[in-house]
Amino acid sequence: MTQTPDDRNPAAEPHLRWIGRNAPRVEDGVLLRGGAIFLDDIDAPDALEATFVRSPVAHGLIRAIDMSAARALPGVHGVYAFADLRAILTGDRIPLALPAGGLRFDVDPPCLAIDEVCYVGEPVVLVAATSRRIAEDAAALVVLDIEPLPAVVDPAEGLAEGAPKARLDTPDNLVAHTKVDYGDVEGAFAGAAHVIEAEFRLNKGGGHPMEPRGVLARYDAMEERLTVWNSTQMPHRAKAMLVASLGLSEHQVRVATPEVGGGFGTKAVFHPEELAIPAAAMLLRRPLKWVEDRFESFTASIGERDQIWTVAAAFEADGRLRGIRGRLRYDHGAATPYGIALPFNAATNLIGPYVLPAYRVLIDLCMTNKTPAAPTRGAGRPQGTFVMERLLDRAALDLHIARDEIRRRNMITPAQMPYTIPVKQRDGSMMVYDSGDYPECQRRALEAAGWDDFPERQAQARREGRRIGLGLANYVEATGRGPFESVGISIGPSGKVVVTSGATAQGQGVKTMLAQVVGDVLGLEPASIHVIVGDTSATAAGLGAYASRQAVTAGNAAHAAATLLVKKAREATAALLETSVDDLEIHNGVIQVKGVPGHGRSLTQIARALAGTPGFALPGNLAPGLSASNDFMTSGLSYTNGCHLAEVEVDPDTGGVKLNRYVVVHDCGRMINPMMVEGQILGGVVHGIGMTLFEWMRYDSEGQPLTVTFADYLLPTSDVVPRIEIHHLESPTPLNPLGVKGAAESGTIGAPATIVSGVEDALRDLDIRIDKLPITPAELRRLIRAARAAPPSPGSAP
Amino acid sequence: MFDAHDITLTVNGAEVRARVDARSNLADFLRHHLRLTGTHVGCEHGVCGACTVLVDGASARSCLMLAVQADGRRIETIEGVARDGELHPIQAALSRHHGLQCGYCTPGVVMTLIELERDRQGRVLGEDEIRAALSGNLCRCTGYQGMVDAALELWGANTE
Repeated sequence: MTQTPDDRNPAAEPHLRWIGRNAPRVEDGVLLRGGAIFLDDIDAPDALEATFVRSPVAHGLIRAIDMSAARALPGVHGVYAFADLRAILTGDRIPLALPAGGLRFDVDPPCLAIDEVCYVGEPVVLVAATSRRIAEDAAALVVLDIEPLPAVVDPAEGLAEGAPKARLDTPDNLVAHTKVDYGDVEGAFAGAAHVIEAEFRLNKGGGHPMEPRGVLARYDAMEERLTVWNSTQMPHRAKAMLVASLGLSEHQVRVATPEVGGGFGTKAVFHPEELAIPAAAMLLRRPLKWVEDRFESFTASIGERDQIWTVAAAFEADGRLRGIRGRLRYDHGAATPYGIALPFNAATNLIGPYVLPAYRVLIDLCMTNKTPAAPTRGAGRPQGTFVMERLLDRAALDLHIARDEIRRRNMITPAQMPYTIPVKQRDGSMMVYDSGDYPECQRRALEAAGWDDFPERQAQARREGRRIGLGLANYVEATGRGPFESVGISIGPSGKVVVTSGATAQGQGVKTMLAQVVGDVLGLEPASIHVIVGDTSATAAGLGAYASRQAVTAGNAAHAAATLLVKKAREATAALLETSVDDLEIHNGVIQVKGVPGHGRSLTQIARALAGTPGFALPGNLAPGLSASNDFMTSGLSYTNGCHLAEVEVDPDTGGVKLNRYVVVHDCGRMINPMMVEGQILGGVVHGIGMTLFEWMRYDSEGQPLTVTFADYLLPTSDVVPRIEIHHLESPTPLNPLGVKGAAESGTIGAPATIVSGVEDALRDLDIRIDKLPITPAELRRLIRAARAAPPSPGSAP
Repeated sequence: MFDAHDITLTVNGAEVRARVDARSNLADFLRHHLRLTGTHVGCEHGVCGACTVLVDGASARSCLMLAVQADGRRIETIEGVARDGELHPIQAALSRHHGLQCGYCTPGVVMTLIELERDRQGRVLGEDEIRAALSGNLCRCTGYQGMVDAALELWGANTE
């Protein structure tokens, strides 16, 4: 059942003390005061600092490396090429490979280039010195002798016959070939009333967290233990990579995240530096710190790249989809750090909230001489959604159906839920949409944005010499990816409630979210609960931040663990008071006799009793300690959905696009903290605005990156983003007890399709078709000029 | 190998004397010499605004200024904003309006807003003016809306 927050009757859900409320964030105080400790703020007075000598060319063979002058510089403690680190590594490559159907070969990266460099920015030499400045002085003295090789820059060219190879150690550039294929595609096209063909070239850039990556490693030779502070989204995976690569056992490695200044996918993948720095610290027997600078961030951190889509869509005369077929060529960069998730997400998310009876897309992943591609916020889905929504807009025009109506005619209805699509996911299960009301979501968005009277406003604006347009897009997002997340809760004799989790925090408010869920069950203020996330020494197993998953997985684990803890506290109190468990309830952190405030035991008293006294029995012969834990195991992906509308204004002389208004109707099921959910949506939408209008990671024909500063690669700023209005539906998922779905990436997914729909609407009389992202002023002006020079197409308005 | 210079400056109201390398920038001096690590470094080329501090009351990118140039100047950083343990009204409003998430850009945003607060001299501010003032601070998390709403609550038309 779908409800809005306004519909909810608090009296019907009296237990909802904290869940659903805008609790103040427990993270804010220290961040606002400037007292938070990010990676570069860790006080490690005896630490050396590192920098890397990186490949200056996109592709080449290392003939020689002269490190003698660098090693002779005062203050330099170590200069290492791959061979120098290899002695303490178990293998040449970092075992990153994710199992993925369709991969023809894995290309795991080494921690430093071995003999071939395959992208500009690939680390080749590590320099450690008493300061970063001296390390950089020394790095400038390292002489790389590299024989250049032809570079593969464009994935379409890289897949063509006779193309040079992006890596000499692979059979060809086709690193993976896979497909999504179901239904009678041939029949769909044979009987179609109308067919639309299109080609799209869609760029997406990096995550660009404001804090770049960073690693501080300290090896304790006496205890033979390695501690690595890492600005990462996935510390447990980083630990696994270090254990495997350094030949250590689990008890010898701790990976901990300090405060992390944003992730957005950039910090999910394990990068070569995350092994090189700990390895060098072990050789140096000194703590070693490396903080990525912004140039390194643009060249050495993963990002998304170009998707080239060649598609055709078959429609009935009434606008209903019969089928889609096509090909997706993907620029995968120079290694495979994250399987084939990106293009597969793009291909499956194309389907969106619509009934698509037949679908076949052949997916070719091309190795190129660029920094490896891996998911950033949205993870390929904005592109797939873009393709579907553009096809629907074009069919609407051709078939003379309103853009909202063609979507309505194709939408999956609530009565069809759960809705199964015969596509196998990564875990082997079918794609199943669990819940949601897509028609109602669109209806509310149209109403909020004033869809029905927009043509009048558009005509009025046109009389004033202004071109405005209204864009529309619907989308879904698979959230809460498994297999599990862990939460432990313990209360010791101090009475302090400590929550630990394998979840990790990069700004989402994960600590607040977990404290709210636990506080809700225990009847305690979230601010009184201490939460530890992102530390492998606090939580044995965990996965971390990816796929909009932590409220779903860790949130439900916290709820289950807190419920178990209360159960044990009641059993202990029943023994202490010699009463029945059934007569006890928890109220404000006290287990009390039902309806008798003051007659009971506080959680602190229970914790003390369960800590044990030498020689005495524990209350009720319970196991010692007031603690509980849960690993929440997912039973499927929960699908968040949304509808975006954007009113845009286009200046045909400059090609500039201004966003006048932006409306989101969003459904991520039940919300734990609506303020934080909206924060995720806002940031996501603005990331999508950037991808559509500003952000463009460009390379020249030799594979040299051209956009390596924030002056060249533009992030959206406060003066170019509009106020974003957010409305919620809440369709709780049946897949978890809290009914929550993820919200972290959803905003990004709808934005590009929505904005481009609006731009085309503003230029309808010119019949402009936008097939590329981003849509820069120069590109839009080129399209407008070309349209004005062309003879009017039949049926277009004067 | 590099010239050292003796400088005297005021940081958050206290006099500081130090010997610095000629090539040390103000951000590194504050962070690594004085251990005032609340001033963050996001790009080191003067675009992101994370390292914004006030120099003689005016906002400045501490990554684009040499430490020696701070000689004789009055520097204000995020560490001096909250007084007697109480958050400054700008800081409290940012929290109320969820104007921060990861918090990395936040110190620069707070310093920019403190300058805006002083410059407005009691004037009511509109949303466009606030958005223009914040346009030199990059944030990847919030979409800026919470920051704008915090400033509007403090200085917008409905609050005077």
